[in-house]
Amino acid sequence: MSRIILTVKDLEIALDPSGVEIDHEVNFELVEGEVLGLVGESASGKTTAATSLLNFQRRGARIAAGSITIDDRDVLALGASQLRQLRGGIISYVPQDPGSALNPALRIGLQLREILEVHGFGSSDDERRARIEEMMAEVLLPSTKEFLRRYPHQLSGGQQQRVVLAMAFSCRPKIIVLDEPTTGLDVTTQAHVLDTIRDLTRSHHAAAVYVTHDLAVVSSLADRIAVMYAGRLVEIGPSAELFAGASHPYTRRLLHAIPVLTGRRTLEGIPGFAPRPGRRPVGCAFAPRCAYTVEKCAAEMPPEALVDEMHRVRCWRHEEVRGQAPALAEEDAGTLESGGQEGLITVKGVTAWYGSKEILHDIDITLRARECLALVGESGSGKTTLARCIAGLHPFKIQGEIDFQGKALSRLARNRPRKTRHAIQYVFQNPYSSLNPRKTIAQILSQPLRIFFDYSNDQREERLAEVLDLVSLDETLLSRYPDQLSGGERQRVAIARALAAEPTVLVCDEVTSWLDVSVQASIVQLLVRLQNEIGLCMLFVTHNLALIRSIAYDVAVMSEGRIVEYGPTDEVLANPQDEYTRKLLADTPTIEAHSLQA
Amino acid sequence: MSDLDLGPDGGINEPLEPRLGHDSDLTPARGKRRRREWVQLLSDALHYRRTQIGLALFLFIVALAAVGPYFAPYSPSEFVTMPFAKPSSIAAFGGDNLGRDVLTRVLYGGRSVLILSIIATAIGMVLGVSLGLFAGYARAAVDDVVMRLLDVLLAFPQIVFVLLLVSVLGPRLWLIVLTVGFSHAPRIARVARGSTLEVKERDFVKAAESLGVSRSKIAFTEILPNITSPLLVEFGLRLTYSIGLIAALSFLGFGLQPPSADWGLMINENRIGLIIQPYSIFVPVALIAILTIGVNLATDGMARAMIGIERDTGAA
Repeated sequence: MSRIILTVKDLEIALDPSGVEIDHEVNFELVEGEVLGLVGESASGKTTAATSLLNFQRRGARIAAGSITIDDRDVLALGASQLRQLRGGIISYVPQDPGSALNPALRIGLQLREILEVHGFGSSDDERRARIEEMMAEVLLPSTKEFLRRYPHQLSGGQQQRVVLAMAFSCRPKIIVLDEPTTGLDVTTQAHVLDTIRDLTRSHHAAAVYVTHDLAVVSSLADRIAVMYAGRLVEIGPSAELFAGASHPYTRRLLHAIPVLTGRRTLEGIPGFAPRPGRRPVGCAFAPRCAYTVEKCAAEMPPEALVDEMHRVRCWRHEEVRGQAPALAEEDAGTLESGGQEGLITVKGVTAWYGSKEILHDIDITLRARECLALVGESGSGKTTLARCIAGLHPFKIQGEIDFQGKALSRLARNRPRKTRHAIQYVFQNPYSSLNPRKTIAQILSQPLRIFFDYSNDQREERLAEVLDLVSLDETLLSRYPDQLSGGERQRVAIARALAAEPTVLVCDEVTSWLDVSVQASIVQLLVRLQNEIGLCMLFVTHNLALIRSIAYDVAVMSEGRIVEYGPTDEVLANPQDEYTRKLLADTPTIEAHSLQA
Repeated sequence: MSDLDLGPDGGINEPLEPRLGHDSDLTPARGKRRRREWVQLLSDALHYRRTQIGLALFLFIVALAAVGPYFAPYSPSEFVTMPFAKPSSIAAFGGDNLGRDVLTRVLYGGRSVLILSIIATAIGMVLGVSLGLFAGYARAAVDDVVMRLLDVLLAFPQIVFVLLLVSVLGPRLWLIVLTVGFSHAPRIARVARGSTLEVKERDFVKAAESLGVSRSKIAFTEILPNITSPLLVEFGLRLTYSIGLIAALSFLGFGLQPPSADWGLMINENRIGLIIQPYSIFVPVALIAILTIGVNLATDGMARAMIGIERDTGAA
């Protein structure tokens, strides 16, 4: 067995000065050259635990107890100058957003050189230059003078992230901490970056901690996976074993939430949400959301139990949980039914501009009544523009015609008659910006009611309760403000706002891309249910091909402003005709490989 | 799995979507209504020493101006001593150019400058915020026209602009308040427009647009509540300028007219006696300075609280 390079023992991180625990009793080791996936929902304390490996805590938090040892050096005891040598030299960090990690005012060549100079890498400028060239080649970027003289804003998101990776690996660190490095990237870029990370860890023989909320992303990368919940490691073990024999109920629910490409599976979200620091229950923190709860769970935190030598879990009933059918078993959720042939919205030969740039070229699609059409493509493919054209939110020139029930729609929603305005509703991508932070949920939801319907106050209250009920939210939320809700709850409110207008067409623009995988699953569940219950016609925009199988009957694949493939979802996924669709399918992260081993 | 106690259906196939919300106690202020943002801003700002000092100085002057007259030993127009008499037992700060009590006139003279500058600032805010919201949320062409016109106004120094109007139309109080307020408007409009440009790109504004809410309603109910913080800071800053301007106008003789008691006017009236009776000038000067510095410190504290310098980022 390889040498252990990092040991984390009984790590405890608390808020300062309140002393509320963020992370508690975190124990794990890292052996040379190993990739550990650190997985959990928002607020599970995974990022806090990861940055503490560099002895860094954001303001307001501090490491309260425990020890972190790298190569027999106690990281927590290091002084400021030693710490500077450690960070970037022996252990380096790749943050989530490459756009804000790179200094926008400095050329990337200078930033790469800076790292090497600070750590005294190499003895001469030539040596350092050679190292930069080597690194750029490894991350598959050109190392020409022209390219190194660029500023970060002159690079794409994927290129920026690769520059950050080059910086992180340039001093040959032994450990690298990656904090959701692909979250902001679309699937194709993500696949490239993941490949790069895999190659780099191999060629440098570096150990890595990969923090993410998406098990599918790390499944192909990580040797071992650690699942965090409410500040504790609830399960840790070799990847294949974890996928095949998940022993913690939470791990199983996480696996259930992942959409798969082959075969349709009902996505299952995890009801409720992870408790924040300071609001965690006594006993097992997952107990309130768990299907296996027994009395003991609420009373006492389960100790770490060994499933086998490499596989540890914190659950009172792990043996029984493990005995269940494999979490990833294929099940056929039945096929979606076609809504019929009646075209509700017809897009005919639409070309659209953004400023003076043409970004949609001659688009033809049809949205049929009571049916969902998925619109798939990378960022920049024009899918959001098309969705906004239909919703009347495109601020620039459109040529061609968009018909609704046989009548041409005006370009802007405000010029459309009230009747069509309420019939076509739009749900925005980011629930953190689509709800006015200064309004209560009641005020937000009343807006469409006041505009489209002449309700009395009592009737309005009744409707408010009804729409909240539709999206499975409780009435007590009405008096709250958006920042008092979780991301998933916010997105439900945004959907409720759209439903309050009693639409016939719902345009959903990447409604799950800002949410955790587990929350994504429950939102998709909700949309499928609404489609069945109300018979909504839906346009579901996404970059995740795996997601559409559970929801859409038809799919249109977009690339560079054109529709490259258009047809029934099952056919397109099973037998993609276009080169681009095939590439997109290949790049979509899944956990199939592991489930087959099970 | 038959011997497991997982309920009738194995416990796993329970309803998948239990009500959310009733246990979503992730906020610090559960149950009680959350504080409005600008109240939050004020209370954050109060953690800073500078805000505390600034607010204390401001309140000291307000208190002096409000209740001062009730404690004044004489009437402000009463001759109690010799012109420019040194401080004595009858007049604590001596006499002014006509032998009136400096202390009494100081106690009476704060109201005018305080009230006038607050009204002027308020007028400037209403005008400037409306213009800024309008320009920021209007089409680019309209925005350009409005802002270039305001730029022309900005080219005039405020005091020159006010003096121009006052010297043409005569020194009337309402005119001073109006012109001072008016001269603030372009500056306030810049701030309001800048914040509007940022907020109008947010999705909730687009959501309201797609519902067909009228533009003016969107400006006032969706955008305005989201730019209150920078506007509050701007209000404090403009108040500082108003105080200086109005005091200066009084000094130049365009403000309150003799024999009224006013700090700015006092400086003007007593300036010939600066060498023999410095109190008659230094006391009003010091009070105007305290007022300005106080407001400025408090504003600075709010600005800091707004950008979040030294903010505690604890998750709880």
